[in-house]
Amino acid sequence: MAYSEKVIDHYQNPKNVGTLDKSKTNVGTGLVGAPECGDVMRLQIEVDETSGIIRDAKFKTFGCGSAIASSSLATEWLKGKTVNQAMEIDNMDIVEELNLPPVKIHCSVLAEDAIKAAINDYRLKNGMEVLELDEKKH
Amino acid sequence: MSLKLPIYLDNNATTPVDPRVLEAMLPYFTEKFGNASSRNHPFGWVAEEAVDYAREKIAKLIGADPKEIIFTSGATEADNLALKGVFEMYASKGNHIITCTTEHKAVLDTCKHIEKLGGQVTYLPVQADGLVDLVELEKAITDKTILIAIMYGNNEIGVIQPVQEISKIARKHGVLFFSDATQAVGKVPVDVNKDGIDLMAFSAHKMYGPKGVGALYVRRKSPRVKVTAQMDGGGHERGMRSGTMNVPAIVGFGKAAEICQYEMEDEAKRLSTMRNRLEHSLLELEEAYVNGNIEHRLPHVCNISFKYVEGEGLMMGFNKDIAVSSGSACTSASLEPSYVLKALGLGDDLAHSSLRFGLGRFTTDEQIDYTIKAIKNTVLKLREMSPLWEMYKEGIDLNSIEWAHH
Repeated sequence: MAYSEKVIDHYQNPKNVGTLDKSKTNVGTGLVGAPECGDVMRLQIEVDETSGIIRDAKFKTFGCGSAIASSSLATEWLKGKTVNQAMEIDNMDIVEELNLPPVKIHCSVLAEDAIKAAINDYRLKNGMEVLELDEKKH
Repeated sequence: MSLKLPIYLDNNATTPVDPRVLEAMLPYFTEKFGNASSRNHPFGWVAEEAVDYAREKIAKLIGADPKEIIFTSGATEADNLALKGVFEMYASKGNHIITCTTEHKAVLDTCKHIEKLGGQVTYLPVQADGLVDLVELEKAITDKTILIAIMYGNNEIGVIQPVQEISKIARKHGVLFFSDATQAVGKVPVDVNKDGIDLMAFSAHKMYGPKGVGALYVRRKSPRVKVTAQMDGGGHERGMRSGTMNVPAIVGFGKAAEICQYEMEDEAKRLSTMRNRLEHSLLELEEAYVNGNIEHRLPHVCNISFKYVEGEGLMMGFNKDIAVSSGSACTSASLEPSYVLKALGLGDDLAHSSLRFGLGRFTTDEQIDYTIKAIKNTVLKLREMSPLWEMYKEGIDLNSIEWAHH
């Protein structure tokens, strides 16, 4: 399968690979996927408590190039957004930006799930209600 | 000598045509274009003579009589003809076929088709090293068993089955033995008599011949084996496979067989030395494992899992420069990793992390050096990016995590 240039670029120069301190209350961690399915994403956000803005985002991904690119792109998009704005990121935006073919759409779904899981982890840690996740895409 | 990219290490998928083979084929497209069945003019005679010569060389490579070679369009057709042909021909004797779970899809899917036609098929599991359990094999035989279908060398892991022991069991019970030897013929010595094989499928394009031609060996004496034709028509190939002979391809197949006959022994030594060097170097990486039995194995193949790295992602790191194959298929249509690796009992995580290397006649030491470096670098880079690697390094048991299966 031929990958789009954007996927190749994220794969070769992934943005924001790394780990944030998950014991901090302002860090939310989302771990989605499963080794059996061939992809696991861990996405973390660090939120500025006064402004509610995501000031850092990191990822680590086990998966194909599209999965790596989707999570790399997600961390780029997350930085500078408020938590509420981050909830708006839709997997189809990722599909469009990376030109993912139909067989790789699940990689973008996983990235969206990872974003939401990280936000929910942050909300839980900070005494906020956990948001219901939209499961229809699975 | 400067290294030319990309490097081809997927010789189990197909091999390039040897220039000597191509040269032998060329006249049969143009000036010697006759139909080998045209018995009454020189054009036909020339073509027939060429087919006969090729048939002789191919038979010689596997220790058979030329009359026992039935040309087909490839190994898939030969597999179909053997299985369906025996099932139909020996229907009065029984309807049970024994095969194993690591067979090629051309065998497995044909068996599934036969089940729909009322056949009974036993799919034997294999042991952790990929070999069939001979005790289990013998136990599976019933009075309805007509055929044992076990491959010679596996296409994904290169494991060579104990064909001689299998044939002894088959003989003892009066059951026919069919082997798909597509990956083995021309790579290791295959002798249908020593090995006790009654039917055998193989293909030209895996041994530096052209695509689109293969053969089914069908034993003519002790026992005399017959298969019901699956392609009806002019009664070619002793009535077992009708259709105009693909003369240029058959000529190429014959030349490829002739070359293998002379060069196989040295080539196997050279390739196994290179393969071992590749394997040893890659195993210097932590958490890297060879899949399948390493003793009973084709000389040019190795299959390695690099734990905590996904195979397709791994290939992307070098697939512009190096052609290999992965046991992982990361598409929504097929999230299932290789069924062969799963049959060995590998967890999905290891099966998703595998690469298959198939060395070949034109593989060089420089190419192996380059490959070792590229793969090591990519594995290390991706592990830095892998959450599973981080967890492993922190001593977290991945099985203790409740994964969200999607």
